[in-house]
Amino acid sequence: MSRLERWAPVTMVAGVGFFALAFGMLGVVPWLMTNAIAPVQKGAAFDAKFLPKDVPPKFRARYPDLASFMAAIDQGRRVYIAEACWHCHTQFVRPVGNESARYGPVSENWEYQNEMNLPQLFGTRRVGPDLIREAGKHTNDWHFAHFRNPNDVVPESVMPRYDWLFDAEGRPNERGWAIVAYVQWLGSWRPAGEEKQP
Amino acid sequence: MNGVVNFRRVKWWIGAAFLWFGLALLAGLLYSSQFLRAYLFPGVEFLSPGRVRILHTNGVAFAFLVPATVGLMEYVIPKLTGRPVLSQRVGWFAFGAWIAILIATDVGILFFGQAQAIEWGENPTWLDPVILLALAIVAVNNVLGPILGHAIAAKGALYVSLWYFVAAFVWTAVNYFVGNFFPQYWVPGSAGASLTSMYIHDLVGLYVTPVGWGLMYYLVPVVLKKPVHSHRVSLLGFWSLAFLYPLNSAHHYLLSPIPMFVQRFAVTASVGVHLVVYTVIYNFWKTLRQGGTDAYTKLPLRWFTAGALAYLLTCIQCAVQVTFTAQEHIHFTDWVVGHAHLVMFGTFGFFVFAFVTELWPRLCGRRDWWSATLNHFAFWLMAIGNFVMWVTLMIAGLLEGHSWKALEPFTKSITAAIPYWAFRSVTGTAIAVGFACFAWNLWKTATTREDDARSRATSPALQAAGGAA
Repeated sequence: MSRLERWAPVTMVAGVGFFALAFGMLGVVPWLMTNAIAPVQKGAAFDAKFLPKDVPPKFRARYPDLASFMAAIDQGRRVYIAEACWHCHTQFVRPVGNESARYGPVSENWEYQNEMNLPQLFGTRRVGPDLIREAGKHTNDWHFAHFRNPNDVVPESVMPRYDWLFDAEGRPNERGWAIVAYVQWLGSWRPAGEEKQP
Repeated sequence: MNGVVNFRRVKWWIGAAFLWFGLALLAGLLYSSQFLRAYLFPGVEFLSPGRVRILHTNGVAFAFLVPATVGLMEYVIPKLTGRPVLSQRVGWFAFGAWIAILIATDVGILFFGQAQAIEWGENPTWLDPVILLALAIVAVNNVLGPILGHAIAAKGALYVSLWYFVAAFVWTAVNYFVGNFFPQYWVPGSAGASLTSMYIHDLVGLYVTPVGWGLMYYLVPVVLKKPVHSHRVSLLGFWSLAFLYPLNSAHHYLLSPIPMFVQRFAVTASVGVHLVVYTVIYNFWKTLRQGGTDAYTKLPLRWFTAGALAYLLTCIQCAVQVTFTAQEHIHFTDWVVGHAHLVMFGTFGFFVFAFVTELWPRLCGRRDWWSATLNHFAFWLMAIGNFVMWVTLMIAGLLEGHSWKALEPFTKSITAAIPYWAFRSVTGTAIAVGFACFAWNLWKTATTREDDARSRATSPALQAAGGAA
């Protein structure tokens, strides 16, 4: 047995210890820090910042009350996950690369402290643009046309079509409305025009 | 059974791994056609490009590299310890369970939209406990059982491969739990992202990397018929991996809202990974040099050498791209996609091909492959395809990054990348054709009998021993 191996039990403990250290540093400490910035918003106690106080006018015909609209946002999030939208769109604006000029204010921690970010949808690839400041950038009609066939509204786009979000007559179905509700929710908690401030 | 090794199960694991590798290749090719606005099945829900992409990326990890390496470990661990797996019945159960998991994952994602939003952990949420259990069964029955039994009985030095395997399975069980449960149920936002990055990185760094190198520490000396240059250096490589890899994972979400001290530390630790890389590469370089030209004339070693070169390149690339300055330009672009291909396929995929090239005929009771020519076609098509894809995607990534930074309309970054995406599809096709050669050869080698006259002429001794297999 070489001298190196006599220390095997010690180093084995150290190996597991370093994984634990990584968990503490990458998980526990950021968790404590972000909770100190803003506690996690959950369920009915959702902060008005994150969910609207009233159904926006453009959605009232479809969702008469706030509860059904909030349920639609959550369903839209599940469509966003199932269709792997998050593999081609990110949800955070970086403080570099002129990103705040393109998208809007740089992302901050408190914006993600809610159950709609379980799991978080930061994303790692931008085939299409970032979506965290998407609320209100396009109309609902634009989104419906875009989900039906992206090339009809953006000829250069390589986004696929999502025909199954529409019924036989081409009107958006439940999932179609839900995904648009979700996309229009993204970033709605940041007041418009904020990006102009330093 | 062949001594302590269950040849049949090794063959089944490897066969399943290559079946799903073929599926992952087709999924990747299909997905790449969307980038040319030429998708074959537009508007079909269960073949939506977004869903198909998961079969490509998640499939390469869980349906190709995991079964392939578990199968090869079923060969290597009994050979090194002189002990079979704890229970053959449990061994078969684990295999069946893993196949069921793969099918459930593919069906769940394609037909029911059950993907979990954890990168590389897209396996449906309800399946996570099952996967954890299956990993635990494989860990105890196939890996820890024989190795710890051997360590206690022999009381001697453990060969470095065994160190790697034990650690990989202990880490992976913990890592899978942390990565698939914490961000899903308890930790939202940037702390959740930090844990997700730990999962993404440690799946590569603490499963694929240690297991891949552990297998090569067995294969290379065996094919070369020369010992590893230094046992001590090999352990140095192992322990620096153990210390540094878990700490550098936040580099997957740099410049995000994750606390900056975590990000800065991750960048520093990522640069430190050079320690691991150079010790390992140095050790293998010195080992290969003992064999003269064997490193590239013997086909298994040629696969290995190409893979080790890819490893060196990706790791150098890592230390460059991980800096904040580079991240500003290349993060979110195809640069990263190219990097991922060079790691997962160019390095560890090639290691699997190296081992299988050596082992498969022996598993089938033969001396040689059905066709040596097809194997050479397979190597060159896949090697050239992969390296050219890497370069192509790097260039595309630079173009995209600079287009965004220059505040051009977003669509400009797409039109600029399309020629490169087209070429990416071409290189992907080369890889697929290369794999078709390999798969056909694999099948023919398993199902035909070797020409007795030829074998007898070349090796009477082996012919006499042939009945054993």
